[in-house]
Amino acid sequence: MANIQEIVAAKFPEVEITQGETVEFTVPDAKWHDLATMLRHELGFDNLTALIGMDWGELLGVVYYLTNTQTYEVIRVKVTTADRVKPFIHSITDLYKVAGIYEREVYDFYGIKFIGNPDMRRLFLRNDWVGYPFRKDYDANPEINPVRLDHEEVEDTTVSYEEENGKIVKKEHVIFRPEEFVVNIGPQHPATHGVLRLRTAVEGETVTKIDLYLGYIHRGIEKLCESVTYPQTLHYTDRLDYLSAMINRHGLCLCIEKAMGLEIPRRAQVIRVMMDELMRISSHLFAIGTFCMDLGATTMLFYPLRERETILDILERTTGARMTFNYNCIGGVIADLHPDFQSDVKKLLEIMPGAIKEYNKIFTGNVIANNRMCGVGVLTEDAAKDYNCTGPVGRAAGWAYDVRKAHPYGIYNELDFNAVVRTGGDSMDRFKARIAEMEESCKILAQLVDNIPDGDYCAKVPKIIKLPAGHWFQQVEAARGAFGVYIESDGGQQPLRVKFNSPGFCLAGALDHLVSGQKIADLITIGGSLDYVVPDIDR
Amino acid sequence: MEVTTKSMPYGDWKDNEYIESLINELKANGTNVIVGKFDQLINWGRSNSIWPLTFATSCCGIEFIALGAARYDMARFGWEVARSSPRQADFMMVAGTIVHRMAPVVRRLYDQLAEPKYVIATGGCAISGGPFRNSYHVVKGVGEVIPVDVYCPGCPPRPEAMIYAIMQLSRKMKVEKFFGGVNRKESRKEFLRQHPIAENK
Repeated sequence: MANIQEIVAAKFPEVEITQGETVEFTVPDAKWHDLATMLRHELGFDNLTALIGMDWGELLGVVYYLTNTQTYEVIRVKVTTADRVKPFIHSITDLYKVAGIYEREVYDFYGIKFIGNPDMRRLFLRNDWVGYPFRKDYDANPEINPVRLDHEEVEDTTVSYEEENGKIVKKEHVIFRPEEFVVNIGPQHPATHGVLRLRTAVEGETVTKIDLYLGYIHRGIEKLCESVTYPQTLHYTDRLDYLSAMINRHGLCLCIEKAMGLEIPRRAQVIRVMMDELMRISSHLFAIGTFCMDLGATTMLFYPLRERETILDILERTTGARMTFNYNCIGGVIADLHPDFQSDVKKLLEIMPGAIKEYNKIFTGNVIANNRMCGVGVLTEDAAKDYNCTGPVGRAAGWAYDVRKAHPYGIYNELDFNAVVRTGGDSMDRFKARIAEMEESCKILAQLVDNIPDGDYCAKVPKIIKLPAGHWFQQVEAARGAFGVYIESDGGQQPLRVKFNSPGFCLAGALDHLVSGQKIADLITIGGSLDYVVPDIDR
Repeated sequence: MEVTTKSMPYGDWKDNEYIESLINELKANGTNVIVGKFDQLINWGRSNSIWPLTFATSCCGIEFIALGAARYDMARFGWEVARSSPRQADFMMVAGTIVHRMAPVVRRLYDQLAEPKYVIATGGCAISGGPFRNSYHVVKGVGEVIPVDVYCPGCPPRPEAMIYAIMQLSRKMKVEKFFGGVNRKESRKEFLRQHPIAENK
């Protein structure tokens, strides 16, 4: 650690270095791009884990979390600007590909323009939206932004801001030329797994470019979190990525508990891990089912859903709900396990190996399935790091990043399981990685089912929860990849900023890279194999 | 006249007064016997083959898929033909939050549905904005954008609740006047005059 601080301090004397949860560099905007270049190419921080827009009242700014993928060391960089009318910060899109879509998000919410980002359009909100909603001085008057029933203007051009001779120049770029044939897919399309909209330029059957439109289910959850107390923020996470609801909520609880310095009873930790793994199995079952349905194998949808219902029954007995469980709470879990929980899980563990064998028999070896999946949408390991594709997608590409292994939380460091890593990186590898992950999750459940310790299921927590001033970042391994929670507090009962760094967002950002040059029918295959959940992307 | 199904006693239904008001309206209009019999026949057919439009934005959509899968199996009721094109569907199950950017799309999908068409608002978000009601980008209920026939509460509603909602819709279909009633073709202008829901530019 000290090493990096010395290297940076020697080369950039103007950088402020503070040691908090991680090392923090506060850098003036003029030097930021040089520092980022050094971090990326010389110090091995080749993964941009999170990019968070911030409004501190006086200052606007961006917080970056960078990861070294060899050592899994995380650092934090803060860049601020005092200009609230025309805020500019240098882009790092040329260093980290994923920054392109992250920076568009920050522009949309905070109005910070990034010098050098080739595409500075709004991402989630309509292009005629007035104001930047995440700023603290945003006017939420519904008369300014009423529900508009007219359709948006379709944009075929975009703008960027470049620095030339010390001046910032606005430049216009063409996305689709008039002679290009553009097919609109979505937002209402059954194979986009939600309301994703893609404008796709095709030449014959080959896709040349994809322009992503998000925000058709953008609910402003992060902004809503700023107006409620910490325990009230919890229920929003269940509705982000509803297929890994428990895991998301676990992440937020961990982050708040870390900030409070709360010790969690062991029984609660074991219950949380078991619930996470049940959730992961059910999510992967749903993922492979819908993926196969997208490819035309409708029968295959029904087999995984049969086992999924079994898992939902187990969860329902304890939590009382089939989907939005509201089970984790600050300090542990909200209620004790159902008396039948252990026997139910054992029954599930008995049927799962046979069920997985059945899926393989029905689908995996099928000639049509192989032809449609093998070699389609190949993601290399470097691209996975560059686009921050985590979870089964990243691991299928060979990037062995599993939060449960890299930054163990809960009791994962005591458990015996493998992070499933494959090397091909195509759609078939992603499919097989999910099946293998279900087997690993079963392994974890088998280790825990007879070892649930007695004791409290929830720690004693104060009635009014206040976090000290500061900031915390916590990642958990959701079913679709690393789900990050960032909380910044000013010491009050309500957070100053909550950011959910969702895995699906980065996967959607990699779509253009994966699909360009492939056939348009493969777009559905690739989209299905990435398995993004759109409310998770849009938040 | 009691509108019910074989398996469910009339007293177990909720909102019977609404169905009764529709029946009274029918009686007051005084339909010809032959036309009335044809109405009954067609409504019997219509109410047993309601085709949904696959339109889901979030969590409720997953429960809708579970409804189509083996355990809940909506095929038993004749609803299994989920259509991807609104032009082939009978009703729209608005499953999930409707946000500002989606509102014009919902409206267009509704306009594209062929008459007679119905809407079920599924889940808290579609009914009133649900937990996201205070957000800057959420429409406070799909009723602001399109007319709704059945509200199905829950977050998300269980598949059983969705079955009940569609059964209620089926009951409504049974007592409608088909010829000269819902079997109509109307101009867009006329439609917008009858449903003055929001300002349409």
